[in-house]
Amino acid sequence: MKLYDSVELAARNLREAMLRNSLTTLGIAVGVASLVAMLSLGVGLQRMASRHLKSSGLFNTVVVTSRRDLRAFNREQETSGPSAADSPDLDEAARQKIAAIPGVAEAYPELRFITELRYDDKPHLTMVSGMAFSSGDSDSLEGMQGHFFSSDVAHEVIIQKNFAAELLGRAQPRGPEELKASEVGGPLLGKQLIMRYNERIASSNTEDSASYSVIQREVPLTIVGVTELDPDSMRGAMRARVFLPEKLLESIHPMQAFDNRDATHATSAEPSYSTLIARVSGASKVAEVEDAIKKLGFNTFSILDASKSMQRFFRILDMFLFIFGSLALTVASIGIVNTLVMAVLERRREIGIMKAIGASDQDVRGLFFAEAGAMGLLGGSLGVILGWAIGKIIGIGTNIYLRRQGFPPDNFWAVTWWLVVFALGIAFIISLLSGLYPAARAAKLDPVQALRYE
Amino acid sequence: MGGTLIRAVDNVTLTIGDGEFVALLGASGSGKSSLLNLLAGLDSPTSGTVVSGGKDLSRLSRAQLAIYRRGTVGMVFQSFNLIPRMTVLENVELPLRFAEVDRAKRLDLTNRALARVGLSGRLHHRPVELSGGEQQRVAIARALVTEPKILLADEPTGNLDSRTGKEVMDLIRDLNRSSQMTVVLVTHEHAIAETYAARMISLADGKIVSDVANAKAAASRGDA
Ligand SMILES: Nc1ncnc2c1ncn2[C@@H]1O[C@H](COP(=O)(O)OP(=O)(O)O)[C@@H](O)[C@H]1O
Ligand SMILES: [Mg+2]
Repeated sequence: MKLYDSVELAARNLREAMLRNSLTTLGIAVGVASLVAMLSLGVGLQRMASRHLKSSGLFNTVVVTSRRDLRAFNREQETSGPSAADSPDLDEAARQKIAAIPGVAEAYPELRFITELRYDDKPHLTMVSGMAFSSGDSDSLEGMQGHFFSSDVAHEVIIQKNFAAELLGRAQPRGPEELKASEVGGPLLGKQLIMRYNERIASSNTEDSASYSVIQREVPLTIVGVTELDPDSMRGAMRARVFLPEKLLESIHPMQAFDNRDATHATSAEPSYSTLIARVSGASKVAEVEDAIKKLGFNTFSILDASKSMQRFFRILDMFLFIFGSLALTVASIGIVNTLVMAVLERRREIGIMKAIGASDQDVRGLFFAEAGAMGLLGGSLGVILGWAIGKIIGIGTNIYLRRQGFPPDNFWAVTWWLVVFALGIAFIISLLSGLYPAARAAKLDPVQALRYE
Repeated sequence: MGGTLIRAVDNVTLTIGDGEFVALLGASGSGKSSLLNLLAGLDSPTSGTVVSGGKDLSRLSRAQLAIYRRGTVGMVFQSFNLIPRMTVLENVELPLRFAEVDRAKRLDLTNRALARVGLSGRLHHRPVELSGGEQQRVAIARALVTEPKILLADEPTGNLDSRTGKEVMDLIRDLNRSSQMTVVLVTHEHAIAETYAARMISLADGKIVSDVANAKAAASRGDA
């Protein structure tokens, strides 16, 4: 029998026992829906995490710290290179070496301090940080209003959108109505900020490197950009609300929130850095560069380290979600087996008739397969829609809850096209597998027995 | 389960020629249906052979037997055995689906078969909406739609009153005469066999007890 005829006859047979087959199909739909819901939760959470990771400014950067630095990012990673005791200082020489590693575009110290900025004669206290000139082309500045620094020593600043709102005297929104950089960019771009800072001047008359003097200075800066960057999700140098060109910041020697040498216990008189940022020319080179820096004897932290542990977590989470989702589908497949076995019993005589008038075993098997497959595809499609709807409803519900608690809404639900294809495929295959036994039973049925006059 | 071995068809040697009209007679349980199932390739003998059209059925695979049943044999049963969920048209069309005949050609063949049994007006009715005689005529249309060489009829009049039974038998005789279809008719009614069959084979306990030509039916051939 041709496939089309099998499908047509199967559809007929399914319509005949409407209630029973609808319930079976609904069972598959619920099973598939639970699978889709579970997996889209997994995918959505993973995406949300990557989104946050991406906006952390860690892309293309490797954060370098000395192994002697007690504030090291990750103390367990000292697997290669010298031990903590004889690891080198993170000084200017080290910076040159790191900058010379192939793939490193730039290596610069993390400069970050809290200071006062005046706008419209009103003072605002905030965290200021340097931003490498080479980061102008990275994705972390997506959605920025205005433009990037015109040069790496330009007296220009890029400010974070919430700080922009603060400058304008607007209440910072907390909750669902997230502020857009475009709303606050217009009135600020091109305006001036006066930054106040303490310049640190090393004492020249003594061998004691720990002594220095401080002069208070002011510098005018032009606002050229307003970014979407979220300071709470950022790491290291990016955790600030006002950014200056890194070279400019270095050249004016600002006094930092904590002084390097106290924290790193430098062995030489040379000034050393607590943290260096190595900007890599491409994301694909991050692993290579990280390895090379580790061999020099420093601790490193990059997006790879962050995402590696994240991926492991999500792999396990996905597995659990898949298992829970599959349980419902397993129950549904037992439903198919049951329905079809019942159908074989009920249609014994009919199967006998079909064989007597020329149906082969294969024809009979195909017919039951077609019935199983049709229920699977129908249930699968229904399940995908149902799963999607469940996800939407839970998503809306959770965001209402988040809003009430004063958190910004987030999207942790993602039904991707491959998930839809995967769910439909699984539903189809599972239903065919469920049809295997009933179909074989129907095919093997002895027509003489089936037709014996009762 | 049971301890007794029943030989439903026992030591039967029989040759039926092309275009013959043979009646298998015998009491209930004498092995008529079992013999018919062997001829249909629905069942296979524990020993011995069934040769049809030069083919030894015992050497055919299950798939080949299905092809034999759908191409060479048409079957009619006492209980009609129509599929109740399907319309008259669909019931008659069903063997053509198994034979993978094209859709357009299928409809044409189905309509012709139904016209032949005089049921062109009832295409979209379900079997339950028809009388017994009409149902049996649908079953005959289904048996002849593939234009088989052999018609195997197992007590086709068993569930019919004598008048509709006669109509059905007339139809079968007509198929035998105008289409040269070989007919093997199982019946326990001696009168029917005598009226229609040119050869009468009697069975008892699975054995042939007599095999005689029926001059009366053979003679009436001329008048039709
Ligand atoms: N599958 C079977 N199991 C047990 N007995 C059977 C089976 N098939 C046929 N028989 C027995 O074989 C004998 C012949 O049966 P059957 O060919 O149906 O007779 P008829 O059609 O002449 O009434 C009967 O005694 C019947 O009970
Ligand atoms: Mg019988």
